[in-house]
Amino acid sequence: MLQLRGISKRFGAVQALSKVDFEVYAGEVVALVGDNGAGKSTLIKVMAGIYVPDEGEIWFEGKHVPVHGPRDSAALGISTVYQDLALSDNLDVVANLYLGREELSTPLPLLSEEKMEQKAREVLKSLDVKIPNPRNAVAALSGGQRQSVAVARSVMWKAKVVLLDEPTAALGVEQTKQVLELVLRLRNQGLGVIVISHNLANVFEVADRIIVMRLGRRVGTFNRADSSEQAVVGAITGAEFGKFQPQA
Amino acid sequence: MIASVRSGLDALQRRVASGEVGSLPVILGLVLIWAVFTYLNPLFLSPLNLTNLLAQIAATGIVSVGIVMVLLLGEIDLSVGSVYGLGSAVMAVLAVQKGWPAAPAIAAGVLTGTLIGTFHGFFFTRFRIPSFVVTLAGLLTWFGAQLHVLGEKGTINLNDPIMLQLANQFYPASVGWTLAVIVVALLGTDLFFITRRRRAAAGLPLGGWAGELAKFVVIAGVIFGAMAVLASDRGVPLSLLILLALIVGFDLILTRTRFGRHVFAVGGNAEAARRAGISVNGIRIAVFGLCGTLAAFGGIMGASRLEAVNYNSGTGDTLLNAIAAAVIGGTSLFGGRGTVWSALTGGLVIGSINNGLALLSAASDVKFMVTGGVLLAAVTIDAVARQGRQRAGV
Repeated sequence: MLQLRGISKRFGAVQALSKVDFEVYAGEVVALVGDNGAGKSTLIKVMAGIYVPDEGEIWFEGKHVPVHGPRDSAALGISTVYQDLALSDNLDVVANLYLGREELSTPLPLLSEEKMEQKAREVLKSLDVKIPNPRNAVAALSGGQRQSVAVARSVMWKAKVVLLDEPTAALGVEQTKQVLELVLRLRNQGLGVIVISHNLANVFEVADRIIVMRLGRRVGTFNRADSSEQAVVGAITGAEFGKFQPQA
Repeated sequence: MIASVRSGLDALQRRVASGEVGSLPVILGLVLIWAVFTYLNPLFLSPLNLTNLLAQIAATGIVSVGIVMVLLLGEIDLSVGSVYGLGSAVMAVLAVQKGWPAAPAIAAGVLTGTLIGTFHGFFFTRFRIPSFVVTLAGLLTWFGAQLHVLGEKGTINLNDPIMLQLANQFYPASVGWTLAVIVVALLGTDLFFITRRRRAAAGLPLGGWAGELAKFVVIAGVIFGAMAVLASDRGVPLSLLILLALIVGFDLILTRTRFGRHVFAVGGNAEAARRAGISVNGIRIAVFGLCGTLAAFGGIMGASRLEAVNYNSGTGDTLLNAIAAAVIGGTSLFGGRGTVWSALTGGLVIGSINNGLALLSAASDVKFMVTGGVLLAAVTIDAVARQGRQRAGV
């Protein structure tokens, strides 16, 4: 669905990405892992249109597409949920889902609260997000629920690929489970899901493929079914499993 | 019925615990203040005095409406006192010295405020100067402009009947009762029929009747009670009607339009609003423009009540009362939480203190200290509520 070919990006003397290929298919969860500074965030920002790569091409649904800014990326149906979620605590769930896209009634241009609430309830239900009352302020929600609302907002506007940046950082066990289940539901609805995470246990729970980055390069791809956490850790740290020999 | 009352009480308790105190403290405070002043001087609750009180709060209340919107953004406007003075000075000079008719002179005064507010908003957003500094500079600049416009004499007496009418016209009780019945009927129709029918049509769950019924009974009681008081004195002051119309109008704008929603969004999380595609700076400039407009209009109402404009118009406690009223009324200083009704409830608290202490022939020293104490109490409630929200994991 979304494919990056030979992406390179320099920041001054730092080669953040060198000739990175990346691909995610519809109905697939890809985990992007790597140590700090491995280039995960840069790669995500290239996909989100925030950085324009120095080299390389972005292909979407089999077509070479120009991505010059966040708007291009959003227009393609690529949406990003950043770690800070970008929710307004003082507004209720419905208002947050519709922020910047409020439905208006006719003839007076007043907010059409009933229409928005109805659609919001449908979206939350289709993603099986459990929120006691979508009219409660986001401030009153748990961390997992907030993450779920942010994800719901990112996919309710015809998203085809969702980028999740550390979706389970700072969440408790129960809430992490909620969010991981949500990730699987997105996949089952046919979206391409890209998850950045440091938590390999979580990654192994949901990811179909695991792509490892190190020092701006893609150094490994693992199918979850036939790989171990140990092998992934080896790829992340550069101590490739089996080849690493301590110097005497 | 009992179950729905209980669920209503539970919801209230949850709101208080999680820091959403709303206008509860200010209503309790107002009841307490009225009880104390009535005990000290029974004349306080006389229709004559209550009518005076309602007429006294109009000018500052209008300024407060603008302040509430600026506070909702999480900003502050310290220039409203000077804009109040300059707006009324522009109007007075045009009408009395240049011979303009009332309507264009008033419009020019109000427009002065609009321009100044927009100018503040532009500086604040374009150069990213904190709003309190921009408007502090405005406080000095526009006070200077007020002195300049008023010229050497320093006082201009108003004689235009239309201008004097704004704050001094009373309508007979029959007009007031008619309006009160219409408003209560509209409110009831909206609460019990329109909203419920629309929710039912959209297949949304309907809450119990208890909350809506309680709201309706309380509001209708306050409206008819106030009307009964006004009817046994001089009738309904036009200034009160103007204040209420502005509050209802801006409440509608803030809670039921896209613009209002975006004001709350910018105040709650400006970065989130920006990423949602909202023109954050556009909203900010518009709100500062509205605040300046309302400040100048408040000044014109104040001038009408005083029947003159002078060097002192808008100086002294005008600015602080307007901000204190908004905060006492429950609008948060931290942005994103509040309602324009704070202008009325908080304004009544400040007005009651001034009025009650005047009845007791207390001097300015006591007045300032009591008002300061109440303001401190109000911001403490706001800050404690905010900590409550943060503890609730927010």
